[in-house]
Amino acid sequence: MTSAPAASRRIRLPDWAAWLGVAPFFVFAAMFLIAPTAWLLVGAFQDGDGAFTLANFVRLGQPSIRLSYALSLEISAASAALGALFGLALALAALRGGLPEWVRPTLMTFSGVASNFAGVPLAFAFMATLGRLGLVTVLLRTLGVDLYAHGFNVLTFWGLTITYLYFQIPLMVLVVTPAIDGLRREWKEAAETLGASAFQYWRMIALPVLWPSALGAALLLFANAFGAIATAYALTGSSFNIAPILLYAQIRGDVLHDPNLGYAVAVGMLAITGLTNLAYLALRSRTERLR
Amino acid sequence: MSFVTLARIQKSFGHAAVVKDFTLAVERGEFVTFLGPSGCGKTTILRMIAGFEQPSAGVIRIGGRDVTHLRANRRAIGMVFQAYALFPNMTVARNIGFGLKVAGKPAAEIEARVAEMLALIKLPDLAGRYPHQLSGGQQQRVSLARALAPNPQILLLDEPLSALDARIRVALREDIRALQRKLGITTIFVTHDQEEALSISDRIVVMHAGAIEQVGTPAEVYNRPKTRFVASFVGTLNTFAGVVADPAAGALRLGETTIFTRAPIEGARAGETRMLALRPEALSLEGAADGANALRVVIEDASFLGAVVRLKARFGDTILLADVFNAVGLALPQPGETVELSFRREDVIVLEGD
Repeated sequence: MTSAPAASRRIRLPDWAAWLGVAPFFVFAAMFLIAPTAWLLVGAFQDGDGAFTLANFVRLGQPSIRLSYALSLEISAASAALGALFGLALALAALRGGLPEWVRPTLMTFSGVASNFAGVPLAFAFMATLGRLGLVTVLLRTLGVDLYAHGFNVLTFWGLTITYLYFQIPLMVLVVTPAIDGLRREWKEAAETLGASAFQYWRMIALPVLWPSALGAALLLFANAFGAIATAYALTGSSFNIAPILLYAQIRGDVLHDPNLGYAVAVGMLAITGLTNLAYLALRSRTERLR
Repeated sequence: MSFVTLARIQKSFGHAAVVKDFTLAVERGEFVTFLGPSGCGKTTILRMIAGFEQPSAGVIRIGGRDVTHLRANRRAIGMVFQAYALFPNMTVARNIGFGLKVAGKPAAEIEARVAEMLALIKLPDLAGRYPHQLSGGQQQRVSLARALAPNPQILLLDEPLSALDARIRVALREDIRALQRKLGITTIFVTHDQEEALSISDRIVVMHAGAIEQVGTPAEVYNRPKTRFVASFVGTLNTFAGVVADPAAGALRLGETTIFTRAPIEGARAGETRMLALRPEALSLEGAADGANALRVVIEDASFLGAVVRLKARFGDTILLADVFNAVGLALPQPGETVELSFRREDVIVLEGD
């Protein structure tokens, strides 16, 4: 007697049950992603009376809005570049530096928590540590280093960038770790038997293999920072006019209430993050070819 | 003087001794295979020769030079790995030329050598391809070319055929052996596949639990296994206990039957029990010739394997396997039938130890 193949013994759900299982995801995506995006797109092409117009997009060229975009792009680029650099260095040291085994899980656990630590709690944490009377500021002052006397302010561009780095660096660690794990031991050993030094191995093999992943992760960090609002708003209020804060100001109904302009600002942000994500996906597919 | 010598090599990881007092001399141009099951220490020794692991004790010499503590990138060794290990960001040509490039060779010399190596591995048109565009067999050929391109002192092969399918494995192993003979390069090959080891090697080092069980030519290891482990690991073997009746005459008792070996049983005393071994192909259904041994057995089963028929027979409490050549008109015994299986004195193997 022959036994049935293992695959046919596997419990197989009827089609309708499988669709029912994934239905909450599609309902959720439809309600909170697709419908609002469609609403934004339609609203961006309407004036206050609901008539079709391109004026909202023309107004994106206003100096104040251009400045907001520029500020958002700069802060996102700075926090992404620094986050990617420090995150990559941290991950390489923890994963390939020959450190004790407990370092890796500790770093991963911390990164999992810290990469999601944003908004009001993060803003408060940085005010409490790097604010004018913050713990670290005072401690450094007692050691003779007066940050504020040297021009530092947590409410400035670099202050906000450092605050963003708190979640950007751990996010980089989490995203780039699989790529570092993908560097096979045999590549290093093969390079060694062929006479390569450790430096030559990193320069000619490891870093070229790693760079698409690292650059892709940096793009993800960029998109992450570009869409962030809660941390910046909680830390600086409306004094720091990055694009998400400008958008928030247009739709919340205070002085600058102009929801259709807000929708156009949002569409602009969608386009930037969308392009960033497309570039990330392209780099990821290149990385997968290198495996 | 031997080209590669491993003198009393030991290796421990924590409290676990992985290699125990391993001593071996490999001659220049020789193809030596480390054969053994997983965890027997064969790869660890190869990695110590390559310089990836440091021995806990002992000395490694290559070409008369003590390389025990020399870094891997200073040993001039070529190595081929089980999982190909081609650099994924480089084309085939750049992979092959890598060793020459890091050695600072001129571009023209690298180009010429790469072309020569591509011709050698019979892949002259694939220089511009990336590893992910190659089949497993092609990748391993390129890996071999990359290892050989800088003219290494020795070639180390760490189970290079294990990841390939059966047909390609056979073709590539023949190519590896042909290349090794052509270049005359001293080669150490690691495998757990006895057929590979028997077909490709000048000498085989059979390993078990971190120690050498036997070193010999493929014929010696197959026909004259020294220990029960070698007997059981290399090929199919019938093993059974016999009581020494007359050591000088090579006579042993198997129950009521007496059999003879080709020579006196050295170091044995009458009444001692010795483990004996017989290859299935040594047993014959044809009657015993003069001076040959014979056992009366009961047939339990017969399996048709194509060129041979494998008989399963019972002799007392022992099950024996016998391979007889298939021939048109061969009359096979039926299960339950009592027959006589004969074998030559030369085919009786007396194993060392218990």
